[in-house]
Amino acid sequence: MHELSIALNLIDGVIELAAGHPGTVRAVHIRLGARSGVVAEALESAFVIARHGTCLEHAELKVEKVPARGRCGECHTEYLLLSDAWVVCAVCGSPVCEVVGGRELEITALEMEDSHE
Amino acid sequence: MSSTRLVEVRRNILKQNDQVARELRDQFAAAEVTVISLVSSPGAGKTRLLEETLLRLRAQFAVAALVGDLATDNDARRLARSGAFVRQIVTGTVCHLEAAMVRDALVGWDWQSLDFLFIENVGNLVCPATFDLGESQRIVLFSVTEGEDKPLKYPTIFNTSDLAIITKIDLAEVVEFNRASAREAVRRVRPDMPLLEISAKTGQGMEEWQLYLEREHGRRATRKT
Repeated sequence: MHELSIALNLIDGVIELAAGHPGTVRAVHIRLGARSGVVAEALESAFVIARHGTCLEHAELKVEKVPARGRCGECHTEYLLLSDAWVVCAVCGSPVCEVVGGRELEITALEMEDSHE
Repeated sequence: MSSTRLVEVRRNILKQNDQVARELRDQFAAAEVTVISLVSSPGAGKTRLLEETLLRLRAQFAVAALVGDLATDNDARRLARSGAFVRQIVTGTVCHLEAAMVRDALVGWDWQSLDFLFIENVGNLVCPATFDLGESQRIVLFSVTEGEDKPLKYPTIFNTSDLAIITKIDLAEVVEFNRASAREAVRRVRPDMPLLEISAKTGQGMEEWQLYLEREHGRRATRKT
């Protein structure tokens, strides 16, 4: 369950980022790659625990899942890696593949709320 | 009344860990220390392999090990019998090592004069995949008793490792381990991954492993000892 470590890192990051903007954080948008080693559902549960007692107490986590992408080592065609097992390149049949996407683990946006009394 | 606006940002969630890992990698490179991390499930034989490896390398190289464990220093004490310097990192409830733990474990001793530093991660094939430790190479181990399909079940750790080692190969026949399908499983998650079959107990494959390490070290450093 390393998702709790990730959630704590996430919250520290958001607090730092939010410091430059007025208002309250209502939602945190993140991109999560299929090969990041982090499970979205586990991260969502961990976030609920980790946000307790911080200024993100009422902030929601919005996860955008990013599929893994590979680039053929021979003909450089890019394709989606939809399963965990490797595939051969549909264009040239080469099994040599470099993972070029799917490791994303990043904060992309904050929803900030301005309160007017 | 209130209004909500979207502020676009961009920040790696593990920025802090990645930053520390980058700093470590730079320091290791500057000191010409080859840093090898070992990951596997619990009981795959990391400690036993490391014990033999330290013994063999010690004749020619300055070697040391950092050992991550949830609790107890049993592994560290076992490894210390090899005569190499060993430092324990007790992670408590944390199921993996993080770069800051490695950085803290390097304080107060002369790691810069090493040729090899081994880092034994906590027994776990999931969580360590996400955390860069600044190592030169990450080696993933699985034993013949765990079954041939380990790579298919834990593709991320295999994808982020540089070499796979099948351990306890002396037991292959007894447990009816199918080498061909294990190789196929590794190939399916990572076609170009080098693979070694080793028994730390009988010594099978140890020479090849030692050559692999020496080659890795040779690519990075001029020998110090």
